[in-house]
Amino acid sequence: MGAGIDLDNVVCDFGSFRAVDHVNVSIQPGEFFSFLGPSGCGKTTILRMISGFNDPTSGSIRIGGKDTLGQRPNQRPTALIFQNLALFPLMTIWENIAFGLEVRGVGKAERRAKAEELLALVDLPGAADKMVSQLSGGQKQRVAIARALAVEPDVMLLDEPLSALDLKLRQHMRAELRAIQKRTGVTFIYITHDQGEALAMSDRVGVMSQGRLQQVADPRDIYNNPVNGFVASFVGENNIFTGTVGATASGMARFDTAHGQFRARLGETGGAAVKLYVRPEHTLFATEPGVENSLPVTVTEVAFEGSFISVHAHSDSGASLVAELRNDGGQMIPETGQKGFMTFAAERASILPDGIVRAK
Amino acid sequence: MGDLLKRYGGTLTGAFVLLTAFWLLMLIILPNLALFETSFRPYLPVAEMGGPRDVYSADNYVKFFESPGPMSVFGFEIAVPLRAQTFLYTVFYSVVVTVVAFAFSYPIAFYLAKVVSPKSVPTLILLLFIPLWVSEALRAFAWYIILTLNGPLNAALVGLGIMEKAVRWQQGVFTNYDAIVIGLVYNYILFMLFPIYNAMSSLDTNQIEAAQDLGAPWWKTHLRIVLPHSKPGIASGSVMVFMLAAGSLLVPTTLGSTRSNWFTQTIQQAMLESQDWNTGAAYSFLYLLLCTVVVFGVMRLFKVRLSDIAR
Amino acid sequence: MTDKMRKLLYHIYMGSFLFYLLVPLVIMSGAAFNNNKTPSVYPWKGFSSQWFVELWNDGTMWTSFGNTIWVALAVVAIAVPLGAAGAILINSISGWSRSFLYFFMVAPILAPGAVIGISTILFWNKLSVPVGLHLSVLGQVSYIASFVMLLVLARLQSFDQNLEEAALDLGASHNQVLRRILLPHLYPALGAGAAIAFFQSIENFNVTLFTRGTQNTLTVYVFSKVRSGITPSINALAFLLIAATLVAALIYEVRRRRAAALEAAREAEGRRAAEAEMV
Repeated sequence: MGAGIDLDNVVCDFGSFRAVDHVNVSIQPGEFFSFLGPSGCGKTTILRMISGFNDPTSGSIRIGGKDTLGQRPNQRPTALIFQNLALFPLMTIWENIAFGLEVRGVGKAERRAKAEELLALVDLPGAADKMVSQLSGGQKQRVAIARALAVEPDVMLLDEPLSALDLKLRQHMRAELRAIQKRTGVTFIYITHDQGEALAMSDRVGVMSQGRLQQVADPRDIYNNPVNGFVASFVGENNIFTGTVGATASGMARFDTAHGQFRARLGETGGAAVKLYVRPEHTLFATEPGVENSLPVTVTEVAFEGSFISVHAHSDSGASLVAELRNDGGQMIPETGQKGFMTFAAERASILPDGIVRAK
Repeated sequence: MGDLLKRYGGTLTGAFVLLTAFWLLMLIILPNLALFETSFRPYLPVAEMGGPRDVYSADNYVKFFESPGPMSVFGFEIAVPLRAQTFLYTVFYSVVVTVVAFAFSYPIAFYLAKVVSPKSVPTLILLLFIPLWVSEALRAFAWYIILTLNGPLNAALVGLGIMEKAVRWQQGVFTNYDAIVIGLVYNYILFMLFPIYNAMSSLDTNQIEAAQDLGAPWWKTHLRIVLPHSKPGIASGSVMVFMLAAGSLLVPTTLGSTRSNWFTQTIQQAMLESQDWNTGAAYSFLYLLLCTVVVFGVMRLFKVRLSDIAR
Repeated sequence: MTDKMRKLLYHIYMGSFLFYLLVPLVIMSGAAFNNNKTPSVYPWKGFSSQWFVELWNDGTMWTSFGNTIWVALAVVAIAVPLGAAGAILINSISGWSRSFLYFFMVAPILAPGAVIGISTILFWNKLSVPVGLHLSVLGQVSYIASFVMLLVLARLQSFDQNLEEAALDLGASHNQVLRRILLPHLYPALGAGAAIAFFQSIENFNVTLFTRGTQNTLTVYVFSKVRSGITPSINALAFLLIAATLVAALIYEVRRRRAAALEAAREAEGRRAAEAEMV
């Protein structure tokens, strides 16, 4: 049912501004794929090019193997869900959902039946004759999804549709969206700047910055094995050390910093300037020093966050570090001013280029 | 243009462009060019049109400066061409009308925007709108009835002992233009009130309260907070009232006397009574020039844009 | 001066302002019922309905009335599409061409009616079109379309362009987008534009006077009656017009309030649904 999408060296310029810069990616049929990046990184432009509202300056986009060159939005097998949903305020819910069928000349009875069917699918029965303003944010979300599904698209394009909802509802809708995608088998392309959203829902994530695709991988790899400092920082928190790479052996390297010597995995540096990144949840606070990667510190602040405890500390050499300890309900919680050691496993720390993948 | 094509496709874009072109070219730009061209041609019998005497000249404009008559300016008596006099009186009294309309409607606008409870505003506005639904001719006519010698105004004033005997308002009591100014203010005051009200209602009430809290007396609050904020509305209202007053033909004809000439009447006489369209065109063009000067003058003075004035 | 006193002064001023606006209309309507040969309320010579009878029997008045109506309808039929097209056009362009077009679109509002009327007859005369009410229609349209344009433009600025894209994306053609999405959104502005066009046209005097040739509209007719011997039948006409507009205004207000109440109820339901979602 879903169709694959191939972006082949896609470039999009707005005047002298290059919004999308040589993007190559193949999205599989039926995949839930997210483009993740800060605002202005070009992810929305990619979405608008796939749906046909913008044309690539160069490069090609194939949907289901067919080149889309010259196809207008209303000729493509895609359905777009807008950030503000763009529900038609002057139509009833069922008219909204059946609009795509109406413009295809489907008869009224059939349209109505299809709308009811889709309302059941998105778990919103009985809303057919309401107006848009009568619905809550989450309900509007479901209507937007139903409206897009009504035209039986091969590809659904979603432009941060959850950003207007509040936290709790957003988390609920994540699971819902994922379930609908699995049920229908349609390819979902999802745009977001919220790494939690992208990681939680997607089969694969493409992280973007300044118009370029930085890394395409499944959520675990994106988080655990980022290719550069940008990806590492955008999808999570880090303790960062500046330094130089020393002796290397079987993927691991010595890293010399002003705060001491560490050992960590060596990423693809490509000769660029590098830094050492380690996640706060992979950093431990201990009263005794470890065998390696251990730094004497004084605790400056302890924040109890509920499910975890974040410990902020200053090393004697002047580095700031954070450790996140999972709250298991009984462990020792350090106190402000307490002295101790921050340690991390060499396998959990990475030496990465500190910047982004730049233009060729 | 590209955006338009993308949004509406070729056929619809073509239709929009054609409709707009018809409006702007056939109804606005070309007629005004025709006015300009005609104003430089002599007024000739049909037989001589296109003949040797049908050449461009500024003769029609020269007529504006002919036949001087006495005019008193700040107490000095000087000779000013009669039509220019009419023109100057029209401009002067239109300014008077604008100022009076502003003075009367400013407190009302403030009352509606900031004093009265917001619940009663729609009702009050509905009441204020009533005169606007009544035709201009009838509104002028209403004042004709009120101001006649045996009319209710004189009766009331004499009855209350304010005046000893009835006066002929239309002949002028203070100036020759009394009745005209009264009629014009009544007819167009709402065009001053509503723009000012709109501008004022967007003013955050907290700003007024903050000014008062800081110890500003009421007049200073108005001068420094309310008035500057209402500037676009005042500009818009002033332009509208001035234009409507200067361009009015109904009110001066209904309420004026032989001693009060309005420039629109001069144009009308040339066009309809003398059937001299060329001179009429010349006078009209002068009028258009005046309007342009006033609009751009106000835009300059109040530092507002055209979109602030036209609403 | 205390706040209370100042408020009282404001109320008094507002009251006298309304008095000032409305009393002339009352006086004029009152004169329609006075049994007096010249229109006045003072002195009162007893109630009479004879001026309504005279008005009813006034053939010229009826012709003028008919003319006014068809001119107004023609103005609505032409000005609304022109103004709407102009607004849609100007809403999708930017830069100097927008300022340039905008200037020409709003200029007629600020130009004196007499000048519009005169330039209209001069131009069409060059194309050998004689004067008459058809030219009054064109002259009126030139500035009334500007009002429509401003109304539609304001409405367009509250239009979410995503709706058009959403419809296109769902497979609608450009025509379908216009018919099903854009026009329904513009209906209130088009309706208001049509109403304003209709009333502006009925009201119009300056443009009509110069373009009408020998035909009359109601306003011109009233004007000529006021200049040459008046009878209170004009007041009778005024009374009827005021009464008609009052009724129309009341109906409009009641319908507006009902629509607002309905929409408010819907939004309240939406809020309740949103709250229910939170639990």
